[in-house]
Amino acid sequence: MEVGVMKMVNKEKLNLKETELRLGLPGNDEEIMGKNLTLNSNGKRGYTETVGLKLNFSGMDQTDDQKEKNLHKEKTPAKAQVVGWPPVRSFRKNIMAVQKNESEETTDKAGMGGAAYVKVSMDGAPYLRKVDLKKYTTYQELFDALGKMFSSFTIGMMDFMNESKLIDLLNDSDYVPTYEDKDGDWMLVGDVPWKMFVESCKRLRIMKGTEAIGLAPRAMEKCKNQS
Amino acid sequence: MAYSFPEEVLEYVFAFLSSDKDRNAVSLVCKSWYEIERWCRRRVFIGNCYAVSPQIVIRRFPEVRAVKIKGKPHFADFNLVPERWGAYVYPWISAMARSYPWLEEIKLKRMVVTDESLELISKSFKNFKVLMLSSCEGFTTDGLSSIAANCRNLRELDLRESDVEDLSGHWLSHFPDNFTSLVSLNMSCLGSEVSFSALERLVSRCPNLKTLRLNRAVPVEKLASLLRRAPQLVEFGTGAYSTEIRTDIFSNLVGAFSGCKHLKSLSGFWDVVPAYLPAMYCVCSRITSLNLSYATVQSPDLVELISQCPNLKCLWVLDYIEDAGLKALSSYCKDLQELRVFPSDPYSAEPNVSLTEQGLVTVSAGCPKLQSVLYFCRQMSNAALVAIARNRPNLIRFRLCIIEPQAPDYLTLEPLDTGFGAIVEHCKELRRLSLSGLLTDRVFEYIGTHAKKLEMLSIAFAGDSDLGLHYVLSGCESLRKLEIRDCPFGDKALLANAAKLETMRSLWMSSCSVSYGACKLLGQKMPNLNVEVIDERGPPDSRPKTCPVEKLYVYRTVAGPRADKPDFVWTMDEDGALRLS
Repeated sequence: MEVGVMKMVNKEKLNLKETELRLGLPGNDEEIMGKNLTLNSNGKRGYTETVGLKLNFSGMDQTDDQKEKNLHKEKTPAKAQVVGWPPVRSFRKNIMAVQKNESEETTDKAGMGGAAYVKVSMDGAPYLRKVDLKKYTTYQELFDALGKMFSSFTIGMMDFMNESKLIDLLNDSDYVPTYEDKDGDWMLVGDVPWKMFVESCKRLRIMKGTEAIGLAPRAMEKCKNQS
Repeated sequence: MAYSFPEEVLEYVFAFLSSDKDRNAVSLVCKSWYEIERWCRRRVFIGNCYAVSPQIVIRRFPEVRAVKIKGKPHFADFNLVPERWGAYVYPWISAMARSYPWLEEIKLKRMVVTDESLELISKSFKNFKVLMLSSCEGFTTDGLSSIAANCRNLRELDLRESDVEDLSGHWLSHFPDNFTSLVSLNMSCLGSEVSFSALERLVSRCPNLKTLRLNRAVPVEKLASLLRRAPQLVEFGTGAYSTEIRTDIFSNLVGAFSGCKHLKSLSGFWDVVPAYLPAMYCVCSRITSLNLSYATVQSPDLVELISQCPNLKCLWVLDYIEDAGLKALSSYCKDLQELRVFPSDPYSAEPNVSLTEQGLVTVSAGCPKLQSVLYFCRQMSNAALVAIARNRPNLIRFRLCIIEPQAPDYLTLEPLDTGFGAIVEHCKELRRLSLSGLLTDRVFEYIGTHAKKLEMLSIAFAGDSDLGLHYVLSGCESLRKLEIRDCPFGDKALLANAAKLETMRSLWMSSCSVSYGACKLLGQKMPNLNVEVIDERGPPDSRPKTCPVEKLYVYRTVAGPRADKPDFVWTMDEDGALRLS
């Protein structure tokens, strides 16, 4: 039943992709540029990708040279931000950076206060959610909460740590929780101690199992170590 | 028989004409009016230093006393123009040194100014009064020393937002002891500490000092002393407004501010400690301009301050003000004309403050005189833009930057075409517009149809096809400056509207789809334009004609191709143009 629903949602998702609209905001420039474009984290194209596509539609005949140029653009892996965007003068940027560092130092010294809201996206869900990681003390609590949030899509989430379920996971379209850390890398949830996770997690993505194949071996190993 | 007034009478009448437009119109009436006018024009504005040569200007207007020259294109502010691109002022200074010995004013924007130029200025013009270097670069504090030492009648030295190589603060000490004519000093962009005693003495002996904008290195405990020596100040910029709060410093500051009965404008406030803000409360009722864009102060403290400024006309602030603060602004400051909200953390993925489109909507509703807006935010909706347009049809400048490129209406996920369409439709006097967010060709159709008074348009990551550019070039009758980046605009619209480009000051296109071949063609077709390709990959000839150029800068000119191009700039059809010069 739920699988059927998901299949419908996937179709809609395809259509959305075609109109180039993607729900929710992606990460910032840096994160998009730094990503290997084959593992496009949330489906939204980065700037060079989008612009590259638009260049293709502009009606100009593409020569080999141009195709090569576009290819080259896509290959560029640099974590470069888009030059000159947002349009903030450099003397404003620098001042903010200095003051931010100064205030960050004081916040760190004062201890981690406040909330730690991160966005949660789930492949196929029509909208994103936000969770305050500080509200939980263990991974299980987090999964419970996420389960409730995305209640129609919770197959596999609860049993993630279970090895046998993992095997099923690889075969059908179950979901895997992943997160983006401070370095912009996408990691499997559960590898590091909870507190470390809360400090380094910038956003969560509940990934379709089929896309998580590259991440699964680590999880397998970990499960082996645990049991 | 021709009836005409004697020359002296005409000259007397023309002296009342201050606007360039009027003077230009007068010059076209007949040859004798042209001649009379050109001999009595005292102020010249050159919007693009490469549109005309110093020789041409001097030949036509031999008795100029004040020049204002602009150099690099606006996108240079955001590092889109490579280093060594140009806009050197030296040739202008050198020519004017020979021909305008009575020159009094030089105002430059986005130009490269060397110490050599500054020294030449300081030694060539005996009655030199005003030097304004806005967003300039290329000089050091040594150049400032020359100005300070040699310009005996200097009234204004304004270095706003320039990039100065700060060797030391010693330059200020070069003002001679008998120098008393200073009216305005803006050194806010400098880093080094100047000799405070020299500054104090300078301020003390200049009774006409109206504007004093200090740099960050002047600490808060020194402000009171300066203010007491210059109670006549109208515009004041603090230095770093921080130090551990001490009651003696605080009360000293309160006393000093209370002596300043003419203060209208405040700025500075780097590193501000909120506890010092109340020191200014006594002047707030007269304040019309407040620049808090370096003040990392939270909303409640901002609101405290703003609520005391009922006569505020201009506010520059960080997004720390949040929607709540903007709501307060809209209720306390009914005279507000200009609002600029800058992002405190433009590169973070997440919003760090609670500032949304709602803040701007509220201000647009509550401030009936609001005409100029610059707003950075992370979400926008068509509904909000429509509301803003309906609330404020008197908007003249509307610059919106939604930080995420191509961000759609966050409520409906549609493009923001309708919203910006409403802006241009309702705001019939709109002269400047900056777009952002997800936009299709449709928004350009709206702009071309409605924005008849639009003079400057900035576009980024928008549009679908050449049609978008075509709408703008064919529809916007008053367009003077168009700057575009990362849009799928190509050859067709550009070539079809080539003639339009002669009616504009300039066009900038970077990371678009204009081919080298089209640039060449444009250069050939339009001898009165400089079609400059900027490409750091090497000569465009080494790539196919269909290959898009990195950057394109097209501007009308009577001076022919530039003679000072760097190795990454090519003028299209230079040979053809040379024939004409």
